[in-house]
Amino acid sequence: MKKVTDIKKLKLISKEIRRDIIKMLTEAKSGHPAGALGMADVFTALYFNVMNHNPKKPWWPERDRFILSNGHICPVWYATLANAGYFPKKELMTLRKINSRLQGHPHIHSAPGIENTSGPLGQGISVAVGMALAARLDNKKYNVFCGISDAELQEGQTWEALMFAGNPSFKEEHTLDNLIVVLDRNFIQISGSTEIVMPLEPLKKKLEAFKWRVLEINGHNMHQVVSILDKSTRPEKCSCEECKTCKTCAEDHLIRKPTMIICNTIPGAGVSFMEGKPEWHGKPPSPKEAKKALKELK
Amino acid sequence: MNESTREGFGRALVKLGKNKEVLALSADLSESTKLSNFIKKFPKQYIEMGVAEQNMAGVSAGLALCGKIPFISSYAVFSPGRNWEQIRVSVCYSKANVKIAGCHAGLLTGPDGATHQALEDIAITRCLPNMTVIVPADSIEAEKATIAAASIKGPVYLRFGREKVPVITTKRSLFKVGKAEVLKEGKDVCVIACGVMVYEALIAAKELEKQGISVMVINNHTIKPFDEKTIISAAKKCKAIVTAEEHQITGGLGSAVAEVLSKSQPTPMKFVGVKDTFGESGNPEELMRKYECDSKSIIKAVKEVLRKK
Repeated sequence: MKKVTDIKKLKLISKEIRRDIIKMLTEAKSGHPAGALGMADVFTALYFNVMNHNPKKPWWPERDRFILSNGHICPVWYATLANAGYFPKKELMTLRKINSRLQGHPHIHSAPGIENTSGPLGQGISVAVGMALAARLDNKKYNVFCGISDAELQEGQTWEALMFAGNPSFKEEHTLDNLIVVLDRNFIQISGSTEIVMPLEPLKKKLEAFKWRVLEINGHNMHQVVSILDKSTRPEKCSCEECKTCKTCAEDHLIRKPTMIICNTIPGAGVSFMEGKPEWHGKPPSPKEAKKALKELK
Repeated sequence: MNESTREGFGRALVKLGKNKEVLALSADLSESTKLSNFIKKFPKQYIEMGVAEQNMAGVSAGLALCGKIPFISSYAVFSPGRNWEQIRVSVCYSKANVKIAGCHAGLLTGPDGATHQALEDIAITRCLPNMTVIVPADSIEAEKATIAAASIKGPVYLRFGREKVPVITTKRSLFKVGKAEVLKEGKDVCVIACGVMVYEALIAAKELEKQGISVMVINNHTIKPFDEKTIISAAKKCKAIVTAEEHQITGGLGSAVAEVLSKSQPTPMKFVGVKDTFGESGNPEELMRKYECDSKSIIKAVKEVLRKK
């Protein structure tokens, strides 16, 4: 798919995706707006600028993969895929309805572009690790991107996956630097603020201790999102004097690690009455509220 | 000859390893799940997952979705026990081609005790859609089942044990996934067994023959997909059924038989297995006796069911 490089254009696309999210959730009468709206900019950047993929050949073997681990924000995934041309936009109105290809939580292969099943938190990241590992075993060049949420890190399985990926037991040539995870750091979960319910900080330090490269961005600054996502697909140069004795880099002076991008986002971004409020985690807007939201998203 | 079913699993993997898409993963239990020879011969196809069964299941799903054929191994209490939800969602609901080897299943795990003796694993796997469940009777069958699993399109659960058990089949014995085998013909009662209880059923049958009771013995290795035809036909002929498994009497082979017969061929039944209790430490023979999972218990059950005929 041809990459969109114009930041203004990407912002327009993310706005359209936000409008689609509101429309589909209102029609479905259930679903999760907060996280979906919050990650619209990151998803836009991924599918319209960063990832190597082809909507006309959704299962093209050399494609970059995107795995959604926090599956409940699937409205943003579905809306992004539709806007990118994976399936018709009108299908978005079938979200959560019986016989729909757009299930309430993603079901792998149900529609073009749905790369994994998720819903139970913590599972997708392990699947993403497995896919990244398969690429290394087969000497393939594709990248695996994975979306997770901050509260999702309360599930122990995520740390099993992080521990394994940062510290693989197999050969060095299987280092998972082809794995890039985007973490939706919106500081909310069902029961309230993450830092009151089950504090995650110091998050960056924890992730670095698990041997990941950690980058941090404002998830709504499209320029930053694009440039950091792009950077994440390349290993960093080590500043050592001698690679042979350096414990960080490989002989080619490059530090190969999986990457975690902490995306600081506002849950419900773009809709003033939703922004920052945990109660919008899993509540769809009413038709009246939707009208208000769509006005703001013009 | 006596050999553990896990030996058969290990041997099969070495044969399968020639296909470089076949991978083995273990949660820090490679030696006791008999992967050592595979690791020696195909080091690039083995992945150590550490003590993390949930991640192992998820990673294996990711690998399978990219064309690999991963066999994941641990003790059955941990896999499919601990990682059941991952197997449900990332493997079964996603139709990922993952083969789950649940080792050290059953009471015969012995001295490690109840926490390590899986008695519910057949129940929790056969209820999952898209899952094939096989309980081999001996090491030769275990080898065949493992090889067959690699060719099945989709999730497979293979149940193996720790202890050396009698080899009752041969290389030439027929083994077909989904086909229950009549090992011995009979007409008074049919004993349907799986795993090590197949041997116990044959011993019981021999003893009962001396007492004038004609016993049919069926090796029901494939719990899912279930061979309804063979079981219904046996029930029609014998009019009395005893099931036998190294597993809780609820939810496993006995229940699978009861489900089929109660709807298609209601027949008096008796269940031999662990009676809704956990196991304990002990040596295998003592445990089988105490928890009534042996040929004596089968003989007792046969006599009881005959009274109901």
